[in-house]
Amino acid sequence: MRRPAATVALHYAALIVLGLVCVTPIAVMFATSLKLQVQIFSTTLDFLFTPTLQNYRDVLGEGSFARYLSNSLIVGVVSTLITLLLGTMAAYGLARFRFRGRTTLAYTTLLLRTVPLAVLAVPVFMLWSRAGLINSLPGLVLLYVAVNLPFTIWLLYGFILQVPVEMEEAAAIDGCGPLQVFWRVVLPLIKPGLAAAAIFTFRIAWNEFILALVLTDRSTRTLPVAASLYITDIGVDWGKIMALGSLIAIPPLIFTFIAARQIITGLTAGAVKG
Amino acid sequence: MRRPPWVPLLYVGPAAVVMAVACLYPVISALQLGFYDWSMGTPWEEARWVGMEAFVASFRDPAVWRSLVTTLMFAAVCVAAEMVLGIALALALEGNLRGMSVFRTLFILPMMIAPIAVGLTWRYLFDAQFGLINALLGLVGHDAVAWLAQENTAFAAIVIADIWQWTPFVFIMMIAGLSNVDTAVLEAARIDGATWWQTTRRVKLPMVMHVIAITLLMRLIDAFRVLEVIYVLTFGGPGDSTEILSLHIYKTAFIGQRLGNAAAISVLLLVVVAALSWAALRLSNPLKEGERA
Repeated sequence: MRRPAATVALHYAALIVLGLVCVTPIAVMFATSLKLQVQIFSTTLDFLFTPTLQNYRDVLGEGSFARYLSNSLIVGVVSTLITLLLGTMAAYGLARFRFRGRTTLAYTTLLLRTVPLAVLAVPVFMLWSRAGLINSLPGLVLLYVAVNLPFTIWLLYGFILQVPVEMEEAAAIDGCGPLQVFWRVVLPLIKPGLAAAAIFTFRIAWNEFILALVLTDRSTRTLPVAASLYITDIGVDWGKIMALGSLIAIPPLIFTFIAARQIITGLTAGAVKG
Repeated sequence: MRRPPWVPLLYVGPAAVVMAVACLYPVISALQLGFYDWSMGTPWEEARWVGMEAFVASFRDPAVWRSLVTTLMFAAVCVAAEMVLGIALALALEGNLRGMSVFRTLFILPMMIAPIAVGLTWRYLFDAQFGLINALLGLVGHDAVAWLAQENTAFAAIVIADIWQWTPFVFIMMIAGLSNVDTAVLEAARIDGATWWQTTRRVKLPMVMHVIAITLLMRLIDAFRVLEVIYVLTFGGPGDSTEILSLHIYKTAFIGQRLGNAAAISVLLLVVVAALSWAALRLSNPLKEGERA
């Protein structure tokens, strides 16, 4: 259907305005992170200011930053790898086998996907305290894996169903063992799903704040928890907190720009065939 | 091909165990914890069995009811606004425009950023003295508003932040749904002389009803789970005007140190979310038996 040029122009205008609405708050965060206290508290609109890296120097110079960063990276990467491994196996099992308890497992998995994290925080704090997992990175990783598995299984299940069983059978007849069949036939075909699952899992593990706040201490803190420490009773240390917020935002921003297609696949999975 | 019965377990077992230990068991423990009086920092052996006391106390507590009402209002207002905006924008802007993928990339940014950063940014934008929103209001001659210091405007602030973050989700779901509408049907409608509005109302909308329903349920479920943005933006204040259930549970447990009460209130939130999830599953079960897409 051809549309008149005026309509097209109007569409672009609307899209640009919407894009600006989405980007402006994020841009304000970055801009504020480059301002000094005086400029932050200025009440006039100033789009032209002399940027300073002072806030970043302060944040990075605070000694524990390296530890928080490495905690966040370890938790993010390890949770993602374990979730992908276990999630792929489970999705494959659910898609390819009929066994007793399959329906129960499928339903429980989907219901667990929606448990509010605030509801988890209370019992997990108690259980992890008793099990000696509190204030430890493995304790946090275990929780993030469990929280992310339902979505990963759900997403990959759809992708595995699209792989024709006949291809697997042909490979098996040609002498491939189950592992080889999986590695050579299934895995290459579900790569987009794996990418989406990896991004979503890493995003949760990297961004998550409440569970990390409850389950970590001085030495196992992740970056979002560290950022929250700049909010005190006497006010917010805006420059530093925006600098740290911007640093935390970098990996998700990179993922968004290089893998927007996969993210949209992940967002619409289950509801829209596409 | 016959397989020994334990083969499937090899595949699903590890994931099932992790989810059982770190997700299902804690949820069940929350139910159990609701029957105990346990203060943080004391050994579990000192916890006292109090039966239904915590549940009864919670349901008699006006603060819990206020929080429930706040949560329901928050979810209703946010989700209604997001659905209307998202659907309207998708209907108006769908189609193969060159460069649409660039805009879609921009639209998913608010969902990818850490919720704590979203909360902070909006707290800064809504600041009474130096926030951008008051500066913009000033340009049109409006007086500065102490957004986060008054009950109504603070509630508006958390709603606006949520709408900013999640309307793009509805938009993207709808664009994906609309792109699956059979072009032959649209062509037929056009040949029959249907106007844009008739095509939209009688052809497109009915064909994406399923997507709309599932999007609505997903948004509702998530609206009841919101915590981090509000934690940073208002921390429930002023007073308890923005204290949604998740935040109330958090405060009861980790500030009030009444874990049993917190667990009892958790059950309330769990029931609401579980009911919505169940409805979503009935509508579209991605793990349905034997389904071949």
